[in-house]
Amino acid sequence: MSNPNAAASIKEQNKSAASSLLKKNVRKFLNNKLAVFGLVVVVIMTLACIIGAIMGVDYATPDLTNMKAAPEAGHIFGTDTIGRDLLARVLIGGCYSILIGVFCAVLSSVIGAALGAIAGYFGGWVDGVIVRISEIFQAFPQLVLVMMLVAILNQRGLGNLLFIFVVTGWMTTFRMVRNEFMSLKNETYVKVCEAFGMKRSNIMFKQILPNVMSPIIVSTTTNVAFFILQEASLSFIGLGVADSTPTWGNILNAAKSVSVVTNQWWIWVFPGLAISLFVLAINFFGDGLRDVLDPKQQ
Amino acid sequence: MSENREVIFKIENLKTWFPITKGAFKKVVGHVKAVDDVSLEVYKGETLGIVGESGCGKSTFGKTIMMLEKPTGGKVLFNYGGEFKDVTKFNKEEMFQFRRKVQMVFQDPYSALNPQKKIYTSFEEPLKVHGVKNEADREAVMQKVLKMVNIQPDYLMRYPHEFSGGQRQRLCIARALEVMPEVLVCDEPVSALDVSIQAQVLNLMKDIQKEMNLTYLFIAHDLSVVQYMSDRIVVMYLGKIVEIADSRALYDEPLHPYTQALLSAIPVPDIHKTKKRQVLEGEVPSPIHKPSGCAFHNRCPKCMEICKTVDPAMVHHGAEGHMVACHLYDKEAAKA
Repeated sequence: MSNPNAAASIKEQNKSAASSLLKKNVRKFLNNKLAVFGLVVVVIMTLACIIGAIMGVDYATPDLTNMKAAPEAGHIFGTDTIGRDLLARVLIGGCYSILIGVFCAVLSSVIGAALGAIAGYFGGWVDGVIVRISEIFQAFPQLVLVMMLVAILNQRGLGNLLFIFVVTGWMTTFRMVRNEFMSLKNETYVKVCEAFGMKRSNIMFKQILPNVMSPIIVSTTTNVAFFILQEASLSFIGLGVADSTPTWGNILNAAKSVSVVTNQWWIWVFPGLAISLFVLAINFFGDGLRDVLDPKQQ
Repeated sequence: MSENREVIFKIENLKTWFPITKGAFKKVVGHVKAVDDVSLEVYKGETLGIVGESGCGKSTFGKTIMMLEKPTGGKVLFNYGGEFKDVTKFNKEEMFQFRRKVQMVFQDPYSALNPQKKIYTSFEEPLKVHGVKNEADREAVMQKVLKMVNIQPDYLMRYPHEFSGGQRQRLCIARALEVMPEVLVCDEPVSALDVSIQAQVLNLMKDIQKEMNLTYLFIAHDLSVVQYMSDRIVVMYLGKIVEIADSRALYDEPLHPYTQALLSAIPVPDIHKTKKRQVLEGEVPSPIHKPSGCAFHNRCPKCMEICKTVDPAMVHHGAEGHMVACHLYDKEAAKA
C-alpha cells in the first residue's frame, strides 16, 4: 500500500480489468448461436450492398429488349418489368434501405433518450409537457403525416421520409428512458452525486444515462428492422421514396400487379427475401445483445 | 461541559413538510410533517446520535441539513470560522462550497456506488468536480482515504458488485472523506450490514473521527449502536425532539416515557437477567394527522389531562444538558 508506484499501477490494472469484462461479454455473445448467425447475415448483406455501390453496378438503365427475364447467367436475379438488372437493384436498394433504417433508428434514439432523460429526471411540469407532446405525436397516424408531406411538398424524397420517421419514431425510446430515469433518480448514488454538488447535466448524462445505455442500444438495433419494414410498406403502396431511387420496398412495388406475382416470381421473391432475411437477422442480433447487455437478465 | 465547546451547526425551528396534493389542480390538502420544529446545536468533534422509530423523520432531518430536501421553514446555521451563515439561504456557489464542509454516508451501500462505473471513476468524479485537476493529486487523495478505511488501492479497478456490503460501506465512507469534510451525516450507515460487519465499520468510523477531528451526525434506529457511537443522543418522535441528553445520562436516567419504552426494548446479552419490557400500545400515529397536544399522549402510560391539549416545550431537567419535552418535568404545567 505504501508503494510509491501504486498510482501508476492503478491505471495499469485498469486496462486488464476492462478488457476482461469485454472478453466475458464477447464470449457470452458467441455462445448464442442465433445471435451470431444474425450478426453474420447482417454484416454480409451490408457489405455486399456497399461493395455493389462501390463497384457502381448499373441499376438504372432499362433494357427494353430483355424485360422480365428469368434468372440466368447474365442476370442472376433476372430483370424487372422494364429490363433493369434485379441483382444490382437489390444491392443498391439495400444501401438505401439499411441507411434509412440505421439513420432513423439512431437519430430517434438520440432524441428519445435526451427528452426521456430530461422528463424523467426533472419530473413535475417539465415531464408533463414532454409526455403530452409525445402523446400528440403518437396519436397522429404516420401514414397521414407522410401523405400530407408528400402533398404539401409535391415530391417523394428520401429526406421527407427520414424526417417523418424520426419525428414519429422517438416515442418508444422516450418512454423507456423516461421510466428508467424515474426509478434510477431515486438510487442512492444519484443522491451521493447531489451531495457532492455535481451539476444536473453531469448527473443526468454521465451518471444515470450509462445505466440506461444497454436497453437503448438494444431498442436501437430492433428499431433498425422496424424502420426498414416501415419504409418497405410505404414504398410498396407508392408513398415512400421516388421511383428513381431503388429501395427494397420500391422494388417490391412492381409486385402490385397480379400478373407479375403469378408469372415473374423472381421480381418479388428476391427483394422480399432480402427484407425478410435482414429484418430477421437484425432481430436475432438484437435479442443476443439484450442477453449480453441487460443486467436484469443476468 | 457543553458551554466551552464550539458549536458547528445550529439548527433553529427546522421544518420539512411534504405537501399532499389532491385532484387535477394539485390542491394542497395537508402536509406530512416529517421534521416539525426541530432546534438543536451540534458541537464540533462530537458524535450526535439521532434515534427514533422508522418514519419519525430522522432521515429527512439528515437530508434537510444536507439541503438534499428543501426545508419548509427554519434556519440551518453553519459555523464558518466563528461566523454563522444560514445554509438555507445559500446561492449556488455558496452551496457548492458548503458541500465540501458537510458530507453524507447513506443507508444502502448496495446502491450508493454507480453499478456501471469502476470504483476508480466513482472516486475520481467528486475530486474533479471540486477542482483537483491533476491526476496524480487525485490519486494521492484516493490513496489517503482508502488507507483510512483499510482498502487496498488496487481494488479501485473493480466494479461495485465485486465487493461485499461492508467493503462497499467503507468505500462510501472513504468517498465522502475525499473532500475533507468537517461534518459527516451518517444516515443509518450500518443498518444494511450483517451484525458481524457492523462492529468493524463502527470501530473504523470511530478511528477516522479521531484522526480527522470529524463531527458525526449519527442517525440510527438501533439503540445499542447509537449508545456505542454517540456522545450525545437526540430522541425523535413524529418529527419532534422529545429528549436530548448525554449518552450516559440518557441510558442511566431516561426521562421521557417514550425514551424509557425505547430503552426497555434493548435486549440484554445475559440469560439470567430478566428485564421488564415496557410495551407501548397502539401504532405510531400518522404524521399527517398528528394528535393534538403532545404527539405521544395517546400511547403514553403516564398521560395527563394537560398532555391532550398543550404541546410540551423543551425543559431542562436533571444533569447538565439534559433536555426533555414532557409535562411530567414541566414545573409550570405541574402547578396548573
